[in-house]
Amino acid sequence: MQQPRYRIETAVEATRIFAFAGIGLVVVLVLLPFFAGRGLVQDLIFVFYMLALAQLWNLLAGYAGLVSVGQQAFVGLGGYMLFAFTVYGGIDPLLAIVLAGVVAFLLAFPTALVVFRLRGAYFAIGTWVVAEVYRLVFAQVKPLGGGTGTSLSVGVINGLFGIDFLREVFGLRTSLARDMVMYWTALALAVGTVLVVYFLLRSRRGLGLAAIRDSEVAAESVGVDSFRTKLWVYVLTAGITGMVGALIYLQTARISPDAAFSVLQWTAYVIFIVVIGGIGTIEGPIVGVLIFYLLQNYLAGFGTWYLILLGALAIVIMLFAPSGIWGYVSARFNLVLFPLRRRLVRLNTEKVDSGE
Amino acid sequence: MPDRPGLSDSRMVLEIAGLSKSFGSVRAADNILLAVREGEALGIIGPNGAGKSSLFNLITGDLVPDAGEIRLNGRDVTRMPPHRRCKLGIARSYQIPHPFENLTVFENLLVGAAFGQDKHERDVADLCGQVLERTGLLHRANIPAGSLTLLERKRLELARALATGPQVLLLDEIAGGLTEAEIADLVATIREINASGTTIVWIEHVVAALLAVVTRLIVLNFGSKIAEGEPQAVMNSKEVRDIYTGIEA
Ligand SMILES: Nc1ncnc2c1ncn2[C@@H]1O[C@H](COP(=O)(O)OP(=O)(O)OP(=O)(O)O)[C@@H](O)[C@H]1O
Ligand SMILES: [Mg+2]
Repeated sequence: MQQPRYRIETAVEATRIFAFAGIGLVVVLVLLPFFAGRGLVQDLIFVFYMLALAQLWNLLAGYAGLVSVGQQAFVGLGGYMLFAFTVYGGIDPLLAIVLAGVVAFLLAFPTALVVFRLRGAYFAIGTWVVAEVYRLVFAQVKPLGGGTGTSLSVGVINGLFGIDFLREVFGLRTSLARDMVMYWTALALAVGTVLVVYFLLRSRRGLGLAAIRDSEVAAESVGVDSFRTKLWVYVLTAGITGMVGALIYLQTARISPDAAFSVLQWTAYVIFIVVIGGIGTIEGPIVGVLIFYLLQNYLAGFGTWYLILLGALAIVIMLFAPSGIWGYVSARFNLVLFPLRRRLVRLNTEKVDSGE
Repeated sequence: MPDRPGLSDSRMVLEIAGLSKSFGSVRAADNILLAVREGEALGIIGPNGAGKSSLFNLITGDLVPDAGEIRLNGRDVTRMPPHRRCKLGIARSYQIPHPFENLTVFENLLVGAAFGQDKHERDVADLCGQVLERTGLLHRANIPAGSLTLLERKRLELARALATGPQVLLLDEIAGGLTEAEIADLVATIREINASGTTIVWIEHVVAALLAVVTRLIVLNFGSKIAEGEPQAVMNSKEVRDIYTGIEA
């Protein structure tokens, strides 16, 4: 009796090499603040949290088809929760970041209840309106600074977990130690987000998500619960977005409703990063954030012209390389750094039976 | 397993009563009464726009009826979302194929098997491989479904539905455009699926293929069931001759 048997394979050879290179890169980044100047460290904090936001928006829009322009709702919420927990709860800021994420995750459920009733463009507008409601609500909260905002006291920031340790062991100044702790937190959030997105997409739920993206009707017809899958993606991204928001406002140490719920800063730039890098891939936002960083660094001085240039660049890419820079490169060189394909491999039964 | 008094009393898998659906002034389903026995192969014919696909859409939950009731194994599923009906054992192919284009052929089946049967991916690799063998798509397993030809897409519709391990399989015009030899293949495949216990409901314009498989035939026109019974008898009935001469003339 010969029963052919099959197996599923995911990784490809090139990917293992990349995985090692990736681990090496992360190690270098972890050690970097011991060598690099303070300016670079602060710049990289910015790169890390923009990368995390871009990955999350990409998961939402590029994979789940939920084109939100209201993710600033959860950035701002996370930021305000950090202030509330540290100033009034006396909680360590690092723990407060996690709690801010939990609050954002929980509030995403009632938010979803509202916006999930809308489809397509109406969904996008709905998320924006909801973010505005969040902004107006926080502008009313006097203990958190009302409409003008408030600052974190130096005491709160310098109480950050790990600062004393760095000062004593390495003899660093407080300000330097503070930057390092924030740098590592931002790095952990960015790398963590990439890994969460990657393993989510490799999971069964990720397979369902890919099916929904191609045909929601057919996905439902073979047993995929599209509502639950999308809801899950929405609340998960909201939770992590809240954590990123908390970190951002721990670093700036000052919050106001207009900045925290800024659609330009937390959604438009993020969309730009994803679109130029390549929507619907994990590599895309990584490429996009590096380009965005370079542009911001060298051109931000041009003010309005800088924004016009960003917009023009995004339009050019959408017209001529709709899958973004990464999409172009990966098609050209057949390159995949985060493999998601499941290959069916036929096993040679005789070989298996002869035993090894 | 409930006791069965006799074979003639075999269970009803699907029971439909008073089912109606209108699109504006178009009646796509008009007070339809229908019961499908476990293990049977039922054929559905009718002119274009008769409401055949709409009936499938109502059974799977893609459409919500204006009135009426659908029962699967005695359980009311009329308001249930499609994914839950699939898990309870209904699978379908679409008349216009809806492949997951950016997934490979194998991954298309994997979605069906892993979700339709609520199993871990690694536990359904064998099943998917076997369905691909059976439907002649094994050599295409690892290419994107978007690059398949129309005929291959139709076969993929069948394969993906089969991967869900259905109790009732609804097939919507999968023989159109095939050569004689391919039709013979398809007929053999569907017979085999039916013989292994899966109930078949098949909408088909290629009547010869249909008659080679089904044991009962119903005719729809303007959303109503206008004839039902033994296939040859139905084909020779006045109602059917009227419709088809009407079309041919
Ligand atoms: N979603 C819809 N919205 C509006 N009208 C629809 C919709 N679906 C079907 N119809 C109409 O309902 C009627 C029945 O359509 P249906 O697709 O069920 O016919 P059919 O018997 O499958 O025809 P064919 O043999 O051409 O596939 C047609 O008049 C069709 O135009
Ligand atoms: Mg039809």
